[in-house]
Amino acid sequence: MLNINGIKRGIVIDHIKPGLGFKIFRELKLDEVDYTTALIKNAPSDKLGTKDLIKIDNEIDLDLDVLGLIDPDLTICIIENEQVVKKIKLALPKAVTGILQCKNPRCITSVEPHVETTFLLVDAATKAYKCEYCNSRTSL
Amino acid sequence: MLKGRHIIESTDLSLEELESLFQLAERIVEAPQRFSDRGRGKILATLFYEPSTRTRFSFEAAMLRLGGQVIGFSEPGSSSAAKGESIGDTIRTVGCYADAAVMRHPKEGAPRLASKFSSIPVINAGDGGHQHPTQTLTDLLTIRRLKGDISNKTIGLCGDLMFGRTVHSLVNALAQYDNLHFVFISPPELTIPPYILEELGSNTYEQTNDLEAVMGKLDILYMTRIQRERFFNEEEYLRLKGYYILDAEKMELAKEDMIVMHPLPRVDEIAPEVDRDPRAVYFQQAKFGMYIRMALIMELLGLGGE
Ligand SMILES: [Zn+2]
Repeated sequence: MLNINGIKRGIVIDHIKPGLGFKIFRELKLDEVDYTTALIKNAPSDKLGTKDLIKIDNEIDLDLDVLGLIDPDLTICIIENEQVVKKIKLALPKAVTGILQCKNPRCITSVEPHVETTFLLVDAATKAYKCEYCNSRTSL
Repeated sequence: MLKGRHIIESTDLSLEELESLFQLAERIVEAPQRFSDRGRGKILATLFYEPSTRTRFSFEAAMLRLGGQVIGFSEPGSSSAAKGESIGDTIRTVGCYADAAVMRHPKEGAPRLASKFSSIPVINAGDGGHQHPTQTLTDLLTIRRLKGDISNKTIGLCGDLMFGRTVHSLVNALAQYDNLHFVFISPPELTIPPYILEELGSNTYEQTNDLEAVMGKLDILYMTRIQRERFFNEEEYLRLKGYYILDAEKMELAKEDMIVMHPLPRVDEIAPEVDRDPRAVYFQQAKFGMYIRMALIMELLGLGGE
C-alpha cells in the first residue's frame, strides 16, 4: 500500500509507467516549487512490475489533458488528512488544444501566426490523433 | 436546412442533405431562368489565395446567374493578405460586406480556420492537396443526372490515385452509397492509399494497371490528370503522364452507356477525338458544377428552394 504519511492535503500520482515520472515531474514544474514534493522511481508494483510515482504536498490544479497525453494509464489520488478521498482514472483526451504541433508542412498551422492547433482522437488503441485543420495523423 | 453552415469537407453533408441539394440542383438544371432573381441583393466574396480561374468562374457565374453580385481577389499579391493580414482578420472584415465567402488557399485547413472566425458561411474551394468539396458535389450530381442514381454502379477511377485529392474525396463521398464496385486503375507508382480503401463501407473494389482489360465492365470512367507539381523528377513525370491515354480505340471496348468524366483541365490523358463521343461528358460536368454551386449558395443563404 502506498505510503502517504506526511501528506495532509495533496495529490499522489500513482501507477506512472517507469521512466515517465521525471517527465511528468518536469511538465508540472514541480522542480521549481517551494512545497514538499517527491519523485519515486522504479517502486515495486503488483500491476506494472515497477512504477514511478509522484507525491505533492499541496493542492494544485492538474492539466489532465497533458497528463493523459504523457501516460493515460496513471491514477491520480486526492489526499485529505492523510486519506485517499478521491481517485481519478485518466483517459486519452478526445481533443488536445495547443500542445501538439502539426508535422504537415502544407498545413495552415505551419504558416499562420497565433493559431492554436487542435488534434482530435481518432483511435484510442493506437493513440492516433488527427489535425483538425489538415487531417494529418499523428501518433503519441 | 443548410442555412448558415460552412462547407469545408466533402463529408460535411449527410446523405439526406445531399439528396435535397441535388433535388434543388436538378430543378435549376431544368429551368435555370426561374432562379435568376433568387440572389438579388446578395454578395458573394471569392477569396483566392492562389489562382484557379476555372473554379472562380464557376462560383462567380453561379452567383451572377442567381442575380447576386461578387467581390473578391484572384491572387494574394493583390490583397491585404500580401500585407500579412491574418485569415481570421480577413474573414471578419469580409463578413461585414458579403453574405457568403468562397476560399481557395494553398495551405491545407485554411478554410476551416476561416470558418472559426466567420459570421458568414465559408465554402472551401480547394485547400492544397486536401479537400475540394464542390468538385465532389459536381461529380455526384453529374453521375446522378446522367446515370439515374448513384448506387449500383461499377466506377473506374484512372490516373494518379495516390496524390489526386479529387479522387480521394469523390471516393469518400461515394462510399456512403450502396452496392458500388470500384475499379482503381493506376500505374504501380501511383496506387490509391490504403486508408481510402479502408473506408469503402460495404462496397467492393479491385486494383489494376490495365485500363483496356477493365473498360468493358465500367458504367463510369473517371479520368484524372497526372500533376507535374507532384514529381521531383521531370523524366518520371513525363513517363507517367503518358501512361494512360484514352482514345477512340479504347472507347470501342466500353459499354454503350458508359460515361467518361474528368475534373478538367486535361492534359494528354484524353485524346481530343474522344470529345466527339457522346459518352464524353466532361464539358457537361463543368456545367453541372455551376448548377450545383447555384443550389449550394441558395441553401447556405436560405434563399428558398421553391
Ligand atoms: Zn495540420
